[in-house]
Amino acid sequence: MEKGKVKVVNEVGLHARPAALFVAKAASFKSDIRIHNATKDGKWVSAKSILGVLTLGVEKDHEIEITAEGADEAEAVKQIIALIENDFA
Amino acid sequence: MIILKGIPASGGIATGPAYVFRHAELGIKRETISDPAAEISRLDSARDIARQQLQTLREKTELEASADEAAIFDAHAMFLDDPSLLELVADAVNNRKLNVEAAWSDGIENFAQQMEMMGDEYLSARAADIRDVGKRVIRILSGQGDTDLSELSAPSIILAQDLTPSDTARLDKNFVLGFATAEGGPTSHTAILAKALGLPAVVGCGPALLEICGGTEMLIHGGKGELIASPDEETKKRYVQLTGEASRMAELELKSAGDHAVTKDGRQVEIVANVGSPSDAVSALKFGAEGIGLLRTEFLYLERTTAPTEEEQLAAYKAVLDVMEKRPVVVRTLDVGGDKQLDYLDLGKEANPFLGWRAIRMCLDKPDFFKIQLRALLRASPGHDLRIMFPMIATLEEVRRSKALLAEARQEVIAAGFPVAENIQVGIMVEIPAAAQMADLFAKEVDFFSIGTNDLTQYTMAAERTSEKMAYLADPCHPAVVRQIKRVIEEGHKAGIWIGVCGEMAGDPEAAPILLGLGLDEFSMAAPSIPHLKAILREWSYANAKKLAEAVINLENGAAVREHVRNFRL
Repeated sequence: MEKGKVKVVNEVGLHARPAALFVAKAASFKSDIRIHNATKDGKWVSAKSILGVLTLGVEKDHEIEITAEGADEAEAVKQIIALIENDFA
Repeated sequence: MIILKGIPASGGIATGPAYVFRHAELGIKRETISDPAAEISRLDSARDIARQQLQTLREKTELEASADEAAIFDAHAMFLDDPSLLELVADAVNNRKLNVEAAWSDGIENFAQQMEMMGDEYLSARAADIRDVGKRVIRILSGQGDTDLSELSAPSIILAQDLTPSDTARLDKNFVLGFATAEGGPTSHTAILAKALGLPAVVGCGPALLEICGGTEMLIHGGKGELIASPDEETKKRYVQLTGEASRMAELELKSAGDHAVTKDGRQVEIVANVGSPSDAVSALKFGAEGIGLLRTEFLYLERTTAPTEEEQLAAYKAVLDVMEKRPVVVRTLDVGGDKQLDYLDLGKEANPFLGWRAIRMCLDKPDFFKIQLRALLRASPGHDLRIMFPMIATLEEVRRSKALLAEARQEVIAAGFPVAENIQVGIMVEIPAAAQMADLFAKEVDFFSIGTNDLTQYTMAAERTSEKMAYLADPCHPAVVRQIKRVIEEGHKAGIWIGVCGEMAGDPEAAPILLGLGLDEFSMAAPSIPHLKAILREWSYANAKKLAEAVINLENGAAVREHVRNFRL
């Protein structure tokens, strides 16, 4: 299992378009990917679920944790973190 | 007679029978089932149908409304196939042997309520979207088809709790006279739709609205936010007169909208449109716009996480210029500040964003960022009459620096091997009193002035233009503003440049004759105002308008000026 932690720098957090981009990125991997809002210390949800991700209420400056398990787990965590660090560019 | 007050959401007056739209009550049975696989497969087929419906709605909405409206259905499609939701439903069906209707609606409610409880406006709105998707699937499962407003068969005023994009997408627009909703605010879906269709709408009327029976005679006054059920004879007469006159006049005016605005004594002025997106440009032509006097470019920058690229901007500018062919198109460079947040640009939060680091002030501090827009504009220019305008200019140095950056951008574009039009006019917005006072010097630097009367009024009266309490300070007809406009036009003409107005004042039937009399060359306004304004200017002679302008300049306040215009005998 691969793990990662990243701070969301994007102004609107994981809402609206960034949330959709995040979920689309996660869905492009075979691994089971889960995400949780470490700042709120809340529940874990599937990173491939837009409904799940929206209910985490991730705002700017929140830290999120990601785990991936499967054939492409290392690549998945790397790319998802890069997406957030690069401000969804 | 019952009078209901609501929030004005879209202007206009209409009379007609009420059509009360109620969402079908979807009674959901809870049953224990024995064949979970069969239940799941029923849900899968229902979701297939729902996906097709959403696709159809998306295409129809994109055609009739806008891409933004249509994007709502993309979000709906994502919810429909959400793995967490499906997992929750499958668990209830497989392990608790719950029928799929109940399992599905429980799953939908679970997420909708979580979002509502987060106390975030954006997420609350998504909760409504999730329930909308949920009901769509339940309707299909129960064989109720898609409830919509398509059974509407006679022109009516639609009354509803609230309307969702799914409700209105299949609406036959020929049968709608207006909208009234019990809930919703001025930016609700109903309000946006009504404005796009040019129909009156009143929102937030309260629960009493839904006690009105279908077929009741209704009067709606969108601009006043008023709704009257079963009006008495006298009220009816007044409204019938209002609507009859208004629509007869509007029809006549629209017929002659394509003709020029020429005064009785032969002075022709240019009537152009204020436009906020490429799709607006198409409708501007229908209203008789002779060009674009203000293309706001903020649409390219807002609601996105990264800055628009040169290529993206080029495509958008080309789209507008191609629609306008050889007609003049004045493009205002980016005008944002602390009142609007852009994810990719740290504009900071300021106590007074209207007096802050915005528009040209910000752009000049970020030359590399600014030149992306300038290069895209220059690349779009060949074959068209593109004019570039800088907003919020206060000093001559700002104009000179902007022009220097434009020259640099031109070099860069040419060096990259792209053609650029030879003659591109460069102008400034005159919206800061400092620029109005120094108009004689500014006129030597540019090819035109466009007076932004909304901001010029706000900065002259030191009163925020969005404040309801200070509405009396927001009248551009106040002589303190009119005198500055007079000066700007005179100094501009002395230097041989043309002058336009691109604020609300240009399309204001009481204010426009004053501008005509002051010698204004170009009037730029929201496109739907064009036919009426052309008709008004045709009733005036330039000689009379000059007399009017001379007289009002010495009056005490805006109200006195307006009264003088109304009483002026043509």
